[in-house]
Amino acid sequence: MLSNGITSAAYIAAAVLFILSLGGLSNQESAKRAVWYGIVGMALAMFATVFGPGVGNYIIIVITITIGAVLGLIVAKRVEMTEMPQLVAALHSFVGLAAVFIGLNAEFELEKVSRLLASNADLNELTGFAKKLASKNAVEITILKIEVFLGIFIGAVTFTGSIVAFGKLAGRLSGTPFKLPGGHVLNALALIAAIGLGVLYTGGAGVWTMVAVMIIAGFIGWHLIMGIGGADMPVVVSMLNSYSGWAAAAIGFTLGNDLLIVVGALVGSSGAILSYIMCKAMNRNFVSVILGGFGGTKGPQMEVEGEQIAIEADGVASALNEADSIVIIPGYGMAVAQAQQSVSELVRKLRAKGKQVRFAIHPVAGRLPGHMNVLLAEARVPYDIVMEMDEINDDFPKTDVAIVIGSNDIVNPAAQDDPNSPIAGMPVLECWKAKQVFVSKRGQGTGYSGIENPLFFKENTRMFYGDAKESLDRLLPMID
Amino acid sequence: MKIGTLKEIFEGEQRVALTPESAAQLQKLGHTCFIEKNGGLSAGFSNADYKAVGVAIISTAAALTKECDVITKVRPPTMAEIKRLDSSKTLISFFNPGSNIALMEMAQTKEASLIAMDMVPRISRAQKMDALSSMANIAGYRAVIEAGNHFGRFFTGQVTAAGKVPPAKVLVVGAGVAGLAAIGTSSSLGAITYAFDVRPEVAEQVESMGAEFVFLDFDEDQADGATTGGYAPVSSPEFAAAQLAKFREIAPDIDIVITTALIPNREAPELWTPDMVASMKPGSVIIDLAAEKGGNCKLTKMDERIVTANGVIIIGYTDFPSRMAAQASTLYANNIRHMVADLTPEKDGAIVHDMEDDVIRGATITHKGQITFPPPPPKVQAIAAKPQQAAVVKSTEELKAEEEASFRKATRQQYSLLAVGGALILLLGAYAPASFMQHFIVFALACFIGFQVIWGVAHALHTPLMAVTNAISGIVVVGALLQIGSGSFIVWFLAGISVLIATINIVGGFMVTRRMLAMFQKS
Repeated sequence: MLSNGITSAAYIAAAVLFILSLGGLSNQESAKRAVWYGIVGMALAMFATVFGPGVGNYIIIVITITIGAVLGLIVAKRVEMTEMPQLVAALHSFVGLAAVFIGLNAEFELEKVSRLLASNADLNELTGFAKKLASKNAVEITILKIEVFLGIFIGAVTFTGSIVAFGKLAGRLSGTPFKLPGGHVLNALALIAAIGLGVLYTGGAGVWTMVAVMIIAGFIGWHLIMGIGGADMPVVVSMLNSYSGWAAAAIGFTLGNDLLIVVGALVGSSGAILSYIMCKAMNRNFVSVILGGFGGTKGPQMEVEGEQIAIEADGVASALNEADSIVIIPGYGMAVAQAQQSVSELVRKLRAKGKQVRFAIHPVAGRLPGHMNVLLAEARVPYDIVMEMDEINDDFPKTDVAIVIGSNDIVNPAAQDDPNSPIAGMPVLECWKAKQVFVSKRGQGTGYSGIENPLFFKENTRMFYGDAKESLDRLLPMID
Repeated sequence: MKIGTLKEIFEGEQRVALTPESAAQLQKLGHTCFIEKNGGLSAGFSNADYKAVGVAIISTAAALTKECDVITKVRPPTMAEIKRLDSSKTLISFFNPGSNIALMEMAQTKEASLIAMDMVPRISRAQKMDALSSMANIAGYRAVIEAGNHFGRFFTGQVTAAGKVPPAKVLVVGAGVAGLAAIGTSSSLGAITYAFDVRPEVAEQVESMGAEFVFLDFDEDQADGATTGGYAPVSSPEFAAAQLAKFREIAPDIDIVITTALIPNREAPELWTPDMVASMKPGSVIIDLAAEKGGNCKLTKMDERIVTANGVIIIGYTDFPSRMAAQASTLYANNIRHMVADLTPEKDGAIVHDMEDDVIRGATITHKGQITFPPPPPKVQAIAAKPQQAAVVKSTEELKAEEEASFRKATRQQYSLLAVGGALILLLGAYAPASFMQHFIVFALACFIGFQVIWGVAHALHTPLMAVTNAISGIVVVGALLQIGSGSFIVWFLAGISVLIATINIVGGFMVTRRMLAMFQKS
């Protein structure tokens, strides 16, 4: 058995290692080392807890950890990189569910302890968490109850919200927003009801209030995320990431465990920053994304004049063969068509001919922050030619050919030209400044936001219609 | 459908409306192609070339017209050619409908459909069938070549052992399609090229082709060419005077003048007056591409080369495209091919004469016994360039003041945030017990560290970041482990499930992060 002091020391070490592992993600090379810090930190924390004071039922611990580890390994091995958004959402739901269970458990223990206290039984037989509870005074118990309430509420919202996000990302639920009649009023009422139940609970009402809060919070999570469209998922997923952290922190407060608090705060702030970055990249505020829909427009949108001119693979090929500098702008459509391997092959061929080929990644491209980077990395595109928006936007006027593959709103010039556009002010990739732009797109439809894209009508734009992968495969043999 | 191409009968016309290449493309649309015997000979395409791609040869124009549903040619048809048509036939060629009313009326009585390639509206979608532009491009190029042929000196300046040769100075008047082609050709031959156009907005295009734009000192809002279908509008007398004065000033210095100024349905404007010609050096060359409409220089004689008393050569040829028959035929046949492609929307060899389509409607001058000329204005106008507005340039003081204001605002924001936050925490501290505040300190510091660390994460690694935070938020396993030792069944059962799923998170999260990070490779 490890003493309390040793356990605390292990926790401090674990917390430091977690911070280092997040800090190491500042570049690709140090990240490879940093992930080991995280693994070691986690191992240390679990070891110290399992062999620390007040833990029993070792058989169950071994069984559950083994099953969990095996399942985790299988999932990690099998998952396709295009499925990363779903996986991340699913893992969030686990944290949420665990937080709910732990919160409920805390309440059960609390009830048990207060029963024992009331019957003046021998409190010395209590161990671990129960012992800690027994030593708390009335104010501390109230605070504890608030913490339990927060843990369960946030946990349940995270759980159902993540499940809906998972369903939408995996295509098992429709990506179109859905709201019950009443919309956000319903959510507000549910929130008020949950807070009311929380007040009852701190006043001494039984565990049923917490079960009810769990169900109501579950409803809020479900309803909130159902109302958000597919392309807003980067924000949703990072928000749920944040929530899962806050849920862990709330549990940490409940259990009086500083390690949980530290990790919860780290994860919570990480998710919050990601959400902020995503919202900034869409020039929308967080509330409007979460409540669904775009902000109101101030007047009629500019009419788009001109026509979309189609081009065949041979035309694209000859332009590429003549170009010296090429920028590729991938979007979610590339992931949907599974075209990243073909893109990579195209890049390899073009680079072999000595052309400068780079990628321009908009922060909200794809369904997860950084999704495109991972997909391209998997297809063996070297990361040093994959640029961020700010790094490459000034280079478009010097670019011969820009190829837009499966993205739409992130290359929409209306964001800059048309103050009445719903996306006005959103930072966009200024690919239309390149000498020539090819847009690989399935059909003539508008993007998810339903906004016409004047880029498609520009004189230097040619539309390369068809499935992205098939189009690229037709193009590949023509590059010599 | 059967598409037949007539041999050109206009004297000196060398072009042809079908090339073996365009025939192959037409066949892909489901059509069969025919050509009158020796139709492509003058443009360099033999009967055998056509046969090789599956084009049938028909020996007379009459038989070809009888056999085919769609007849294509280059020059406007003669009365005899129209008389052979009937209601089932469509003829595609240049037509110049404004001055060929009689021919149009004959086609109307024959109920034949006429598509005039020179009536294709000037919108971006129709660029691929804009035969006037194709021909103008060739004319512009050829004008420079022709000028070089008659000009006794080099275009480019040279310093040779035998002495220094100055570069030729070329002035191109009118920067339309022909003008731009001439500018490009002339500057690539090495001449110092000047260009003038009444639309100042083309200055950028001109300069991109390597020429210098001649600006006038004249203040007047010029109409945008795009509102008149891409053509230059008629200019005011004051403007015309300013323009002539400028030309007069530079005329003695110019070696070669190429004029391309045409205004639709009007006589060509006089831009190069006899006194300018008189002031030019002997041996200078004037190529007047507007000769057909009377010439931009009134000394020009249509289809002739004349030499003035002071030795200036003025060329008024009108058949420049025909002088480059192979090139002109290739482009024209492609224009025709695109027109037929638009007439065959399903690519199944069935002609659909869709009068709702702007391009087809615009080019059709007779259809089903109706004269449909002139067409209504196209629904899609050429995109008019917005007049350039001067960017508001802020002075350095203004910029400085702005910077200062935003700094002050940020400071104020930060101060008030700190004040409010401090007050809240004080309030909390006043009521909450010490044990809670201890944990709260840890929480607040961890949030700060979190914000500092996460801002440093590379954008490219946001997905691994989410996966790794997934893994470490599995730390709730610690909470569950602490509860699993409880005696109550429900508690250890729920705690057991929590341990299980949190472990999935930990192992799955870390492993998938490792997998992802290993994929990031440097080139």
